[in-house]
Amino acid sequence: MNETALKQVHLDLGARMVPFGGWEMPVQYRPILDEARTVRTRAGIFDLGHMGRVRIGGRDATAFLQRLQTNDVTQIQPGRIRYAMILNEQGLTQDDILVYRNPGDDGFFLVLNAGNTARDLEIMRRLATGFGDLLVDDCTHRLGMIAIQGPLSAAITQRFCDGELESLKYYGWNMAKVCSVPMLLSRTGYTGEDGFEIYVPEGHELTVWNAFLAAGKPDGLTPIGLGARDTLRHEAGMPLYGHEIDETTNPLEAGLDWAVKWNHDFVGRAALERVQQAGGTGRTLVGLTSASKRCPRQGYKLVAGGQEIGQICSGNISPTLDTNIATAYVRSAFGAPGTQLEFLIKDKAEPCKVVPLPFYKRPR
Amino acid sequence: MRPNDRKYLKSHEWCKVEKGIATVGITDFAVSHLSDLVFLDLPGKGTSVTIGESFGEIESVKAVSDLYSPVSGEVIEVNKELPDNLDWLATDPFGKAWMIKVKVTAETKDGMDSTAYDAHCAAEGH
Repeated sequence: MNETALKQVHLDLGARMVPFGGWEMPVQYRPILDEARTVRTRAGIFDLGHMGRVRIGGRDATAFLQRLQTNDVTQIQPGRIRYAMILNEQGLTQDDILVYRNPGDDGFFLVLNAGNTARDLEIMRRLATGFGDLLVDDCTHRLGMIAIQGPLSAAITQRFCDGELESLKYYGWNMAKVCSVPMLLSRTGYTGEDGFEIYVPEGHELTVWNAFLAAGKPDGLTPIGLGARDTLRHEAGMPLYGHEIDETTNPLEAGLDWAVKWNHDFVGRAALERVQQAGGTGRTLVGLTSASKRCPRQGYKLVAGGQEIGQICSGNISPTLDTNIATAYVRSAFGAPGTQLEFLIKDKAEPCKVVPLPFYKRPR
Repeated sequence: MRPNDRKYLKSHEWCKVEKGIATVGITDFAVSHLSDLVFLDLPGKGTSVTIGESFGEIESVKAVSDLYSPVSGEVIEVNKELPDNLDWLATDPFGKAWMIKVKVTAETKDGMDSTAYDAHCAAEGH
């Protein structure tokens, strides 16, 4: 089991640790719903040292990435970031990733799901043989990653960050001095709130973590575990690999067609084109809410008029909306907002309703 | 210290049998690992339960878990107040937070005493 540089800190903070994507990570320090509320109203810090991180360099970096993933990297300006998918030849999802174009325009940086990193690297190594001048450098184990998320995150980060954060736009990244050490910092996150993800050079993780805790203490900043992170991303309508997307789904039915650019020849393109020409797969990803006492969960079946019409991908108790929320694949005819459905818990039917995604959008 | 007047299951239920009546609940270890409990579903009076089979469900913020019966028999009493007072499971898992009482026809042979159960929990990592 892999562990991040901050494992002992989490234990000292009383975290409950769980295995996640091959890493031992904190799932919670306090009740999960309280942690989620803290991020919505104040700010929280997250250890994300488990995320896969890979540098792509060399003259063929652009051509390689155009083949590897679905977005158009030639359209990414230096210092900007785009969401994308890695597909297989069948057009099915191998991973969802962020593609960072270096601020200095000297290559790219990819952030991958922890549980998919080994497979992604294997895909990249296989693909790389077709390219001459290419560097694929897995820096997961020699780079920390710490996120701060929440409405107060910019104010708190500015206190120990030498570099102007105001001009750093959402999905942009740049070099800044954090605790006097130069490091890359992006305005990104997986919570639906404003915030930053900081790529911390090895050996400085503890300094940055403690700086956040100290600078944010008067504002109510606390550490946040993976449990609340899942609740927050789900409220914000962001997919999680292994739930909304996996190797049985394609980006079109998942509502992620905006991350697919058809102007280049990515792996899986031909298969995906056939799906598009056929008018989809007949199923679609929808949001559901339920006032039931029982929370809908992954794998539960959905029925309409006694007929099975879909299955739940993720279910959560939403502290922000004060109701149960779920995402599910349903037969497209049952995907319109307002449609009444039922989910089954051991043959017991509970009512739910199709609603538009995302469940939550932060006020701006 | 876990009470030594009862038997414990690997799946973290406990049962205390007195005069043919078993009182069944879950342990502090189970409660701390489930964490953030939100819902408890217990069987009705008169339901038959079977050794090793589910007699109810407990739901936390992130997951649902089955409750496994250490005994077979008929449920003669249910702790009806418990589903509305889930904090009892954290404060008094071996007392006030009992779940069901069963008129026992058979008892599991896999029950552990408190010392063996402590060791089992230590091995699971607490």
